[in-house]
Amino acid sequence: MASQILQSQQDEAALEAEGQAYFDRIISEDSRIEPRDWMPAGYRKTLLRQISQHAHSEIIGMQPEANWISRAPSLKRKAILMAKVQDEAGHGLYLYSAAETLGQSRDQMMDDLIAGKARYSSIFNYPALTWADMGAIGWLVDGAAICNQVPLCRASYGPYGRAMVRICKEESFHQRQGFEILLELANGTPEQKQMAQDAVNRWYAPSLMMFGPPDDDSPNSKQSMAWNIKRFSNDELRSRFVGMMVEQVRILGLTLPDSEVRFNEETRKWEHGPLDWDEFKEVLDGRGPCNAQRLERRRKAHDNGAWVREAAAAYAEKQSRKQAEKELAA
Amino acid sequence: MIPTDSHDSQARSGALVGVGPESATRITPGNALRPEDIALEVSTGLVKPAEDAAEYALRLGDDALILAQRLGHWISRAPELEEDVALGNIALDQLGHARSFLSYAGGAWGKSEDDLAYFRREPEFRSAHLVEQPNGDFAVTIARQFVVSYYQFELYRRLTESKDSTLSAIAAKAVKEVDYHRDHSAQWVLRLALGTEESRRRIQHAFKLIWPYVDELFLDDELTTRLAEAGVAVEPSSLRGDFDRLTGEVLAEAELEVPQVPAAPGGGRRGRHSEHLGYILAEMQVLAREHPGAKW
Repeated sequence: MASQILQSQQDEAALEAEGQAYFDRIISEDSRIEPRDWMPAGYRKTLLRQISQHAHSEIIGMQPEANWISRAPSLKRKAILMAKVQDEAGHGLYLYSAAETLGQSRDQMMDDLIAGKARYSSIFNYPALTWADMGAIGWLVDGAAICNQVPLCRASYGPYGRAMVRICKEESFHQRQGFEILLELANGTPEQKQMAQDAVNRWYAPSLMMFGPPDDDSPNSKQSMAWNIKRFSNDELRSRFVGMMVEQVRILGLTLPDSEVRFNEETRKWEHGPLDWDEFKEVLDGRGPCNAQRLERRRKAHDNGAWVREAAAAYAEKQSRKQAEKELAA
Repeated sequence: MIPTDSHDSQARSGALVGVGPESATRITPGNALRPEDIALEVSTGLVKPAEDAAEYALRLGDDALILAQRLGHWISRAPELEEDVALGNIALDQLGHARSFLSYAGGAWGKSEDDLAYFRREPEFRSAHLVEQPNGDFAVTIARQFVVSYYQFELYRRLTESKDSTLSAIAAKAVKEVDYHRDHSAQWVLRLALGTEESRRRIQHAFKLIWPYVDELFLDDELTTRLAEAGVAVEPSSLRGDFDRLTGEVLAEAELEVPQVPAAPGGGRRGRHSEHLGYILAEMQVLAREHPGAKW
């Protein structure tokens, strides 16, 4: 008996070593890991955390924009905004599906979100106060998301990378529509221009913080880069993003609320003024303007929908029972 | 799905319905009619609806607009993510139909879709009471959608034969979309009615709440009679038989009775609305009215 256990432990260790060797080769070839492949527990855990957080961000991120669907100031803008928020639900769906391939159910992820156990992008805990916020969210928040996400299309985990390809295509539409909203406002009445500048002022710093803490304070980044999940460091991506915004804000005829933005000729990188990382941590820890509101809205939608999901499940079960009886009788 | 080109660039390209599109963003599935195309035709004087046809388009447009406004509220609040997407799609379709009808109607009075949506007062709206009804729970929304989509399907199916080529073109696009809305709501009626005891109780109650507003949809008046005789509009009463038969089939399969409740008198087509419309408009119009004359 004891020798049998020993034997099976040895077999497992051999399988593990074989799996690790395969995994290492795939990563070194910059190729893709698929759901049935062996993968280190840490890799699985990191991906599951990252993908589910990303999915939650899409779902919670629907709220600040959905807040303006009913008040959109023209029917064309209303249609675009509806389509955009709907896209975000779709992104959430692909991402939950990608995360499910790692072995956790969507129900479980949703329960974790509602219980406050899972995180989502902190930026959605800020309020969308005016119509111009629809522009600033599209231009800055989706713009930052694209900078982050384009390299993720090459992430080593197949289902994640493939989901990101589609998401990035739609996100670039979103960013363009945000830019277009701001452009129209910036060229509109003085009140509209003021509204646009105010929104850019409020969303600028939080969008820079979307790239995560500075590199010297980002403990997980190194491992993620070694696993080919992450391709560029937080600061590298943030700097690129600032460079793009500097160009685009000129076309808008607006300004960035940062007097220290400059191109460093030596490092060939864009630099920005200091960011309030204490605020970032506060919001991340639940003390942002809308944390409680966002979770409560999600919880309510989920709870109010429970009877509907139960009905659909009960109906499906009855139908398949009927079908089975029919086949049995035949 | 997202119209990206500006009105100006369309005007420059001179692209009209059925004319070869110059820009990739002009291409729609099946080269379908877009609200922007109608607005362009109207603004360039290529088409101008007669007063009667405009009044009629206003009714259809207002029904679709108010329904879209109601349905849009579900986005981010639906029972499942799939339903956020589905209800969002239906809302978008309805909004598209509304924009087309209103763009066309506005041609009679030199007004844009936005002038009509944002700067009319409550008595100037022509929506039926049914679409103004609150979303309620998911069952109420489904019951309302079930009635609307079966009604709209029969209406648009016949309106494709209209002698007014713009109305028939809008209907030809809309009828395909509304067919999906029928399917969506019928599938849910079955699931809710035959799912659990609770869901059955809720959908039964929902139909009782919604059914008083069914009759108004099928009332004829001088305008519809006049337009029907001219081959422009569909007489609402002529839709009732098919509506009853087709909804009846689904209700029978769902083991539900047609609710025996008294009909409400309606009045939306004359500008007499439910208590709900004022709130809907207050929310929908607030920003546009804060900045009259502004472009967005």
